[in-house]
Amino acid sequence: MTGADCAIELLGESALLLRFGNAIDRALNDRVHAAAVALRAAALPGVEDIAPAYASLLLRFDPRSWPDIEAFARAVRAALAQPRAVRSDDQPVGTAVAELPVCYGGEHGPDLAEVAALTRLTQDQVIARHVAGDYRVAMLGFAPGFAYLLGLDAALAVPRLTSPRLRVPAGSVAIGGAQTGVYPSVLPGGWRLIGRTPLRLFDAARPAPARLTPGLRVRFRAIDTATFTALSEHDA
Amino acid sequence: MIEVLAPGLLTSLQDRGRPGLAHLGIGRAGAADLPALRLAQALVGNPPDACALEITLTGPTLRLHRDAEIALTGAPVAAEADGRALPGWTPLRLRAGSVLRLGGMRHGCRSYLAVRGGIDVAAVLGSRSQDLNAGLGPLGGRALRAGDRLPLGAMDAFAGAADHAAWSLDPRPWFDGAAARPLRLLAGTHGGLLDAASREALFAAPFRIAAASNRVGCRLDGTRLALLAPLELVSEGVVAGTVQLPPNGQPIVLFCEHPVSGGYPRIGQLAAVDLPRLAQRRPGDALRFAPVDAGEAARLLEAREQRLARMETAIARRRAAS
Repeated sequence: MTGADCAIELLGESALLLRFGNAIDRALNDRVHAAAVALRAAALPGVEDIAPAYASLLLRFDPRSWPDIEAFARAVRAALAQPRAVRSDDQPVGTAVAELPVCYGGEHGPDLAEVAALTRLTQDQVIARHVAGDYRVAMLGFAPGFAYLLGLDAALAVPRLTSPRLRVPAGSVAIGGAQTGVYPSVLPGGWRLIGRTPLRLFDAARPAPARLTPGLRVRFRAIDTATFTALSEHDA
Repeated sequence: MIEVLAPGLLTSLQDRGRPGLAHLGIGRAGAADLPALRLAQALVGNPPDACALEITLTGPTLRLHRDAEIALTGAPVAAEADGRALPGWTPLRLRAGSVLRLGGMRHGCRSYLAVRGGIDVAAVLGSRSQDLNAGLGPLGGRALRAGDRLPLGAMDAFAGAADHAAWSLDPRPWFDGAAARPLRLLAGTHGGLLDAASREALFAAPFRIAAASNRVGCRLDGTRLALLAPLELVSEGVVAGTVQLPPNGQPIVLFCEHPVSGGYPRIGQLAAVDLPRLAQRRPGDALRFAPVDAGEAARLLEAREQRLARMETAIARRRAAS
């Protein structure tokens, strides 16, 4: 398993950062999610947050449960080294899949033509390559419910906008550098918008507010504007 | 019900925040000065997780539509109702129809107004804190505006005159008005990558709280710091008190509404016990750091929590006796 194959950095008296590397890389990110699963299962007392990033895992804890941070670090290492029995409710990392319908181009993807020009592909080829991807939620950050996805076709990497938009519509599917993601709500943003999903990705009123969660696999499916309207969960 | 006649500079609803959701990109938010919030709640007999108003630099004007017992803690704020000046750190009883006018703060940055029964808005993801940066929480996560009507939780009617208690708390352990003591800083992952002058300046030079500071982060003016060489990092988890160094050399201390991840080098970590003291530094205030290690920072936090719990118990006894 993950073993103790990570560096542990102190982030003050109330948090540790488990560092598996310093790169955007699927194998590294797999280890982050495996460690998160192991630590959730270990249920160490006083742990308040287990938050995966690309190549590191943040653990925030109550130092009154662990006044000696070195003792907490040892307990974390022991939990990571623990071989776990497979339980019936275990979800091996990367088996659950979310499918997101996306209306590409047109009013919902105002930057699709520019992305095609930058990548020297046709718009249909950009869509085909984006839909063909097998993505993984590497981490959430930037804003509630914003999922950074791994797995973008390298041919689709394009530079960010030089001047970010002040208001990106909720549900916009975008490419920024070698990353792709979906804006969960109206936000400022510098990624290039190639399409939009009619689904609400974040709703604070739901018990599970974020549709995309760390480690989840994601597939996109192209839909037309009529289907977008029919499926739309966005506020008018 | 409380009616907001004028919102003040920046007034929001705050409780202890919503921890445990960082993996969904959701920060903790909550009151910037948590001990001041808890003591305000204790003074009016509320549970520690009740919701209060966090007031920034200049306070709101509020009309009470029913009898209310209130308390003010944190930075000392000019306050009057019905022609009488109101003291802080003590329970105050006001009659329905009173207009509560909160003015400026001579020093400090944030005051807390608790009302017996609590501000009874619906919780969002387990908390009544307004995360203004994320736009999450009651009222869509926006600050209070004129015309807002804030429901109050049930309160047993108080007998006798609408008057102040005959006792009050000594604010000195809980509010550092002079803002002179250094804030304690633990080593950061990338602190060792600062150049020699910057390593020395981090603990020697006085910084100033920049005007562009808010609940997301405190930007520090003064000495610019530099790394030995530029460092490219992928985004990773951060917590309140993480001191980041962006390429412009102006450190940022992440605060209660910080995004859950960041990609700048981390040159230090403010001890959790000193976050409330950071909350009371206003733009223009000086700030110095003093080094501390994790063990000492944990002991300081534990001692503070014990003092706070003892104080809450003492206040509850005092309330029961009066």
